[in-house]
Amino acid sequence: MQIDKELVTYLETLGRIALSEEQRAETEKDLQSILDYIDTLNELDTDGVEPASHSFPVANVVREDEVTNTARAEEILQNAPDSREGCFAVPKTVE
Amino acid sequence: MEIIEMGALALGSAIRRREIGVREAAQSYLDAIEAKDSELHCYNTVCREEALKRADEVQKGIDNGTYTSPLAGVPVGIKDNICTKGIKTTCSSKILSNFVPTYDATVVQKLRDAGLVPLGKLNMDEFAMGSTTETSFTGPTHNPWDVSRVPGGSSGGAAAAVAARLAPITLGSDTGGSIRQPASFCGVSGLKPTYGAVSRYGLVAYASSLDQIGPLAHDAADCAALFAEIEGKDKMDGTSMENPKFDFTAATTASLAGKTIGLPADYFGEGLSSEVRAAVEAAAKTCEELGAKVETFPMPIVKYAVPAYYIIACAEACSNLSRYDGIKYGYRSEHAENLMETYVKTRSEGFGMEVKRRIMLGNFVLSSGYYDAYYNKALKAKKLIQQSFFEAFEKYDMLLGPVAPTTALKLGESLSDPLKMYLGDIYTVMINIAGVPSMALPCGFDKAGLPVGMQFIGKPFCEAEILSAAAAFQQATDFHKQSPQER
Amino acid sequence: MEWEIVMGLEVHTELATKTKIFCGCSTEFGGEPNTHVCEICSGMPGTLPLLNRRVVEFAVRTGLATNCEITRKNKFDRKNYFYPDLPKAYQISQLYLPICRGGFIEVKAADGGTKKIGIHEIHMEEDAGKLVHDEFSDCTLVDYNRCGVPLLEIVSEPDFRSAEEVVDYLEKLRAILQFTGVSDCKMQEGSLRADVNLSVRPKGQAEFGTRTEMKNLNSFRAIARAIEYEARRQIDILEDGGKVVQETRRWDDNRGVSYAMRSKEDAQDYKYFPEPDLPPIEISDAFIEKVKAEMPELPEAKKRRYIEKLGLPEYDTSILTSDLAFVRLFEATVELCQSPKDAANWIMGEVMKLLNDSGTLPEDMTLSPEKLAAVINMVKAGKINRGTGKTVLEKVFAQDVDPETYVKENNLAQITDLSALRPVLEEVIAANEKSVSEYKGGKTQAMGYIMGQAMRALKGKAPAQEVQKLLHEMLDS
Repeated sequence: MQIDKELVTYLETLGRIALSEEQRAETEKDLQSILDYIDTLNELDTDGVEPASHSFPVANVVREDEVTNTARAEEILQNAPDSREGCFAVPKTVE
Repeated sequence: MEIIEMGALALGSAIRRREIGVREAAQSYLDAIEAKDSELHCYNTVCREEALKRADEVQKGIDNGTYTSPLAGVPVGIKDNICTKGIKTTCSSKILSNFVPTYDATVVQKLRDAGLVPLGKLNMDEFAMGSTTETSFTGPTHNPWDVSRVPGGSSGGAAAAVAARLAPITLGSDTGGSIRQPASFCGVSGLKPTYGAVSRYGLVAYASSLDQIGPLAHDAADCAALFAEIEGKDKMDGTSMENPKFDFTAATTASLAGKTIGLPADYFGEGLSSEVRAAVEAAAKTCEELGAKVETFPMPIVKYAVPAYYIIACAEACSNLSRYDGIKYGYRSEHAENLMETYVKTRSEGFGMEVKRRIMLGNFVLSSGYYDAYYNKALKAKKLIQQSFFEAFEKYDMLLGPVAPTTALKLGESLSDPLKMYLGDIYTVMINIAGVPSMALPCGFDKAGLPVGMQFIGKPFCEAEILSAAAAFQQATDFHKQSPQER
Repeated sequence: MEWEIVMGLEVHTELATKTKIFCGCSTEFGGEPNTHVCEICSGMPGTLPLLNRRVVEFAVRTGLATNCEITRKNKFDRKNYFYPDLPKAYQISQLYLPICRGGFIEVKAADGGTKKIGIHEIHMEEDAGKLVHDEFSDCTLVDYNRCGVPLLEIVSEPDFRSAEEVVDYLEKLRAILQFTGVSDCKMQEGSLRADVNLSVRPKGQAEFGTRTEMKNLNSFRAIARAIEYEARRQIDILEDGGKVVQETRRWDDNRGVSYAMRSKEDAQDYKYFPEPDLPPIEISDAFIEKVKAEMPELPEAKKRRYIEKLGLPEYDTSILTSDLAFVRLFEATVELCQSPKDAANWIMGEVMKLLNDSGTLPEDMTLSPEKLAAVINMVKAGKINRGTGKTVLEKVFAQDVDPETYVKENNLAQITDLSALRPVLEEVIAANEKSVSEYKGGKTQAMGYIMGQAMRALKGKAPAQEVQKLLHEMLDS
């Protein structure tokens, strides 16, 4: 897999991150060496292998449909950098 | 013996016998932290007043019979990615530098219920991403054996604190070796439990399918005692599991006799330092002398573990870390004019370079067009890794191998080359992918006097068995009894 | 050229659970901002989702009611995107293994027959929060009360060819969701939302055209209008030799136009992957049997029962089963008045008229079956006439009066004692000498006038037949 500047920029957009030009160049180089190494995984024959998303066979862990929480807007908002009128406040979103 | 030189169980026992007061114990550690932590930087936050206040409450509880745990009254340090109500939980990141949780992690609640006394929050690699504790926003922790060296990571503060006697016992987290590798670098014992054995509720997620909380301590018995307090299914964590009640007595009954131990040949190949190899091979001999049957076997899948690990971990991480956007909690950039800038500037200013690198790598392996080639491929590799362990455990009771290819590195040595740092995880990440438990413990020293660590890898939910093996090894050796202070 | 419209629907419905899908917060609508919010649904670091059992039951119920295959081992996935209404920056949804697949709903076809609309899949997911764009400041306010409310997304196949089919499908689907108790489907509260994917192609062409997705369709009427508008827009573009752009469009019902939503600067790469925090869901035969056994009666079954057991005409049953509110009122009223046809007539006539005139939605109706039955029973017993009954029902509807008390207090009951009529009629005869003498002189038409005056004097409370009979008796002798 060949990493280029365009891909790095795309990945920045996906992750909502902006790198400086210098960081971008360095990241391109680092990601390239990491991915070259990761590509060794292609040597592993995985034909017909079922992907494993969970470690152990657990299923059907559910809770009952019962209200257990009470109103605590103040606590929920206590860490917010900006809150107004009981809401989290963010710079205006435009549609 | 000085209070801070005692292990957790010994201290707990002295407290129960009223030989040592709970406040006295807490005060001793707070004094030690005061004296030494400016040099080592194990702690991000020290809870002096809360600890003393809590100590007094616990003393009352012990006196009136409320607290009966063997660890009641024992001070404990908590890694800074485990949520503590009312106490800052920063993950050693600028982006959470002012975050005060409104709730306790399940493990913290359990510690409180058992009467342990939290001393503070321990330094770590930012969001547990790293193996040196150098990616911390608050600055690196120094290895107590040699302050020019790293303590390992990501639970570097948790391991160094135990080694430097700034906590008798600590809680760390292990996603790809983050308890075991620093335990190994700092010469202490640490347990990475089976995935699902300990609730993750309140552990700030790095890679959800791999993260586990576990204890670090002077020895295996202390680890067993803390593990006994925190393990168990939790209704708040759907991935935690019901398993046979952990047998504390069995875990602390030292025994290696009659056990079969497999040494994965691929754990002793290229890249392993000769000194570490020698120490672990000598340890294997010791195990034989203690009645175990030791045998080398091939495990060729080892070489694929690091690639699979970084794909899975980074994919989950990029999703888990997307919530840090400057809206609900934590840092928000002051230079943002609109919503997009709030996201981008907050995250660019709030995350360190290693975190950004992993977020980008994660975004890459999940992005459309690459999902099958990378992420799905890694999940298939995961299946094969699980099968390899399954097959090994049909022949052996447990596996034994080194924790890391080297002893503690110099500060700054691996930061410049991320790939080199990732390769250092080769012996630990597989265990997380397979979800099995592993117990790291000291097994020697290199010529520079730095501790060497090894790990007993167990079957799922067989923590008692590997703890018991470690206890047997520690009964026969004294590597774990040495402390940097005495050297 | 003749064009064909091709449409598929994505319907989101909020489930009528007590709590959110992954935490114990209430799903109650309204309330002060962020008061139905906890650490889990506000995405605090370290929290984990806990699946609500009821959501799985409701999903399976819906799947069975729409002829779907239930996916025996299904899983949740994360859909990742940044937006302030999504606190974790990912929505827990199902992409790879949705809980239901491959069903259908039958709708009325243009030729009068029926047509099957395929259901591609149904999956479970969580709703997002609400953004309030503050007009007076430069910020947006975020409320997470709706965040984590359970949703089912019901994705149809692109089988629709007309707005009528779409509306009929939505009405059927809504009835199914309501009747199964899965959702209250209140469109104005957003508990039923439909996005329409629409493309056009020359009739006879096999390939699909480029489609657009329309959002913000808040009523069946808006959907029909938006479809008409969008089809016209696409046809105009194509007929002018242009190309339809694949985009998401927002319908503005006030202005009757749709406009393209500005893309949110992201590349729409949702990076789906299996949710590691939630174990898979395995659905057993026993579970499916249990859900089947507990399944409430569906509209089609109700219709059959009304026809066969209650003797209603098919026409009535279609109207009554068009909304759960009518069914509930009907069934309870029948219990109380024992006359299905009367209950049906009153609901289809007066009740629907009153709803219509007052602009009230059936689900918001406060009329109780007890009061409706009281009116029906009084009319049936001859205590009041039908006209009075309507007046009383109006009062019940507007002021929730008690029908019997109201009739008594306003003296509306029929005069049943005939001896009480005679003095009133004598007065009428005395007061209308001219007409009376005309009648007596052989001008029989004059009786009509006298009769009218009599009924007026009696305020309509006496049976007309009896009055006429008595007048003849008094004048013909």
